[in-house]
Amino acid sequence: MADVNRGDRPLSPHISIYRPQLTSMTSILTRITGNALLITTLLIVWWFLAAAISANAFAAADGILTSWFGDIVMVLSLLGIWYHTLAGIRHLIWDTVSMLEIGRAEMLGWICLGGSVVLTVLTVIIV
Amino acid sequence: MRFLTDRKRAVGLGSANSGVEHHWSMILSSVALVILIPLFIFTFGPILGAPYEEVAAYYSRPFPAIVAALTLIVGLRHFAGGCQVMIEDYVHGLARKVTILLMYCLSYAAMAAGVFAIARLAL
Repeated sequence: MADVNRGDRPLSPHISIYRPQLTSMTSILTRITGNALLITTLLIVWWFLAAAISANAFAAADGILTSWFGDIVMVLSLLGIWYHTLAGIRHLIWDTVSMLEIGRAEMLGWICLGGSVVLTVLTVIIV
Repeated sequence: MRFLTDRKRAVGLGSANSGVEHHWSMILSSVALVILIPLFIFTFGPILGAPYEEVAAYYSRPFPAIVAALTLIVGLRHFAGGCQVMIEDYVHGLARKVTILLMYCLSYAAMAAGVFAIARLAL
């Protein structure tokens, strides 16, 4: 009766046999962007903390955030946060039990991808 | 049955028995962030790169300071809730508990540090 093979049983194939779909890829991208934004958050907290401590500490933090490398991180963060925001709105729409049909769900996926690029470009131009 | 709402029927179900509450807390923070994130981007963005004196003066104004503090508080709570789900998906056993614990420590530490810094700049 004892299950001697507990935890070591073969799994039926799942992710590995599926063709990548727009809905699953945009879902994974939501998780990746949401968690990666921790790095941006910590950088911004460091910037605020440095500004609260002294002008010298601020110069160090500000130097990193406004360097060419900091610019790349900030623009990628903008792309990430706009994408995650649009994908979050998509979830709020889905929670009202609408737009769940495959065609409409995929349309929302394209809106998230395209919209995040458009919003990032607009933000870089405005700010 | 007809007097029960869909939500009421889901409360307490699932292996953790707290999934509905977790989901609702993510909904609450996400709706708040839909408003806060654009406000933060367009208040923080223009001042990033300005000299120290200008930054200090800017964040002594109430609106940018309150937006920044609220965004950090709500954003990091939202992060912790979402990151917990990711950890629960990929990490198992004792490592899962330790990872979630450390992640919450980091989230609240960043929140406290950020709010302290903004308060000190503002006052």
